Amino acid sequence: MPISRSAPRLPRLARQIGGAVAALSLAMVLTAPARAQETIKVGLVAALSGQSAKSGEAITRGLQVAIDQINATGGVLGKKFELVRRDDESNPAKGVLAARELVQKEKVVAFFGGIDTPVSLAIVPFANSSKVPFLAVWAAGTAITRNGAEENYVFRVSAVDELVDEAMIDFAVKTHATKKPGLMLINNPWGESNEAGLKKAAGAKGLPVAGAEKFDNADVDMVPQLTRLKEAGADTIFLVANVQPAAQVVKSLDRMGWNVPVVSHWGPAGGRFTELGGPSAEKVDMVQTYSFSGKLSPKGETVLAALKARYPEIKTLADVTPAVGIANAYDAMNLLALAIAKAGTTDGPALRKAFYEIGPYVGLIKTYDKPFTLGNNDALGKGDYIFTHFKGAEIVPVGN
Amino acid sequence: MLILSAIVSGLSLGSMYGLIALGYHVTYTVSHSVNFAQGSSVMLGAVLGYTLWVTLGLPLPVAVLLALILCGLSGLVVERALVRPFVSKGSSAWLMATVAGGIVLDNAVMFTFGKEPRSLPSVLAQKPVDLFGAGVYPLQLVIPVVGIAIALGLHLLLRKTSAGKALLAVVQNPTAASLMGIDVQRAVALAFAASSVLAGIAGLLIAPLLSVSSDMGLMFGIKAFAVAILGGMGSASGIMLAGFAYGLVEALITSALGSSYTQILVFLAVIAALALVPDGLFGRAAVKKV
Repeated sequence: MPISRSAPRLPRLARQIGGAVAALSLAMVLTAPARAQETIKVGLVAALSGQSAKSGEAITRGLQVAIDQINATGGVLGKKFELVRRDDESNPAKGVLAARELVQKEKVVAFFGGIDTPVSLAIVPFANSSKVPFLAVWAAGTAITRNGAEENYVFRVSAVDELVDEAMIDFAVKTHATKKPGLMLINNPWGESNEAGLKKAAGAKGLPVAGAEKFDNADVDMVPQLTRLKEAGADTIFLVANVQPAAQVVKSLDRMGWNVPVVSHWGPAGGRFTELGGPSAEKVDMVQTYSFSGKLSPKGETVLAALKARYPEIKTLADVTPAVGIANAYDAMNLLALAIAKAGTTDGPALRKAFYEIGPYVGLIKTYDKPFTLGNNDALGKGDYIFTHFKGAEIVPVGN
Repeated sequence: MLILSAIVSGLSLGSMYGLIALGYHVTYTVSHSVNFAQGSSVMLGAVLGYTLWVTLGLPLPVAVLLALILCGLSGLVVERALVRPFVSKGSSAWLMATVAGGIVLDNAVMFTFGKEPRSLPSVLAQKPVDLFGAGVYPLQLVIPVVGIAIALGLHLLLRKTSAGKALLAVVQNPTAASLMGIDVQRAVALAFAASSVLAGIAGLLIAPLLSVSSDMGLMFGIKAFAVAILGGMGSASGIMLAGFAYGLVEALITSALGSSYTQILVFLAVIAALALVPDGLFGRAAVKKV
């Protein structure tokens, strides 16, 4: 008679679960308002595990150092900031769930995004409909901030693909006297969006494109693609790929004995490019928004010292690589604090308006003045990008 | 220049496919089953080599030997846990079981080794040498030599030695073979171990050209299986030739039309070739000689 024996147990278990859930919800209802009075919560939805875990860690460090500094001077509106993090595992569906949870349950007043453009794009409609500011601090997909919403709650302190493509072409023309760009692109939507952007930017300068070649993540040999570009007369390679395939491009160039300038999007900065690509990887010029190497501004010195103090595992400059995540997040957190101070409230619509009224702010990447304007929710423009290259495991500005 | 460099890089890539495909050949010849996770065994060889040599600092020969022994053991595990339980019941579920085993292994390595790709240094893959105007790493010339040597060795082992003939007898008629005093189960297990060792050798050779990561084996495994089918599962020399052909076609298509069409055209070519010669370019129709 197993059925009749187990039958009475089920309701008891259900009662227990029900009781636990009720107690938990009650506890949450009781504690949530009490805590909200003490702190202003800000969220982060980023890759904290998997291949891009390093990026989520960098963003966390930038945000945390900024929050520590703001809290040390009394916080904003008399309250201190508190960071609540959620892992999106580089998965758009998980990212949206996490954003929902942060806004609806944790009651964050604003939240930051991670490295993955697809995740951020998925979160954009939710941010706009829930009227909670969403700050992109890494993902560069053009449509994240230029999303067509009438009331746009998405702001960005990072590079924008379309502008990166223009900056890459400008840089190449100035530095390498490029006349005929050859494009080497990863075979995915990121590569495609940059193919369009680079062709547009080259066209605007009147430069004929030698060709656009694709490759996959696991390709070992890019000699055939590069040979095609060489035969078509390419005098500069424009590279859009993450670290592993980018390293294969460098090795293939080595084998061909083709010494050609390579100008790259920021993909290779995310990994051990010089270990994988060999000495020639140091010759690749990459877009970044910031580098802790070289002569730092007083702000740069302060932030670097604060990073080293809070995270003892940072010993050399190679440990704050790539700096973009840290620097973008640091500046974005400070701009958010200024907007809240300006608005005098953490209410979403008022906060959104306040973003457009932020005055001068001496940040890590640059001195901002009116960083956001109606119709332009990107704080960084073409002129704010710097070109860098690897030197050993460190990323240093070009010319160093 | 364009054609020449395509030929050189195609042949060196093709020999890698051939080398991995030999692993399919070995188990198929003995048991008519294969380890579909051959790509994961390639990865395992590279990851073990990296861990033992670079991370733990063992001397290179020791690290290589140990890595290959561990690969062989993994082959035994695959046979015992993922193939034998199904084959013994006459089921074809080993097919899915080995695929699943590969996914489990890839993910286990991702968690332990990390997802960041690492570089396995090799003096043979630093300075390119000039070959008819196209640059290649010396390692790219070593791989085809090793591949051809192993193919030749396998051919001689299976056709000319009594142990080899015993192995071939197993696939013809396992019951009769075991009545003749051949330990069938041991022969099959050995074949799976050998297959994983071959994949491990391929992984160790390929790693310095590519990079070491948990997902490095997937495409190699798939392409090598296409090569094995194309060459004829039963013919070691046919498989090496098919490997060269596959690599060559792949590189020529890329240099003629650009890389966007490579995968589509190469796999279409494989399908077309198999439609014309179902037993592979160099295979023979399976005839049961009883």
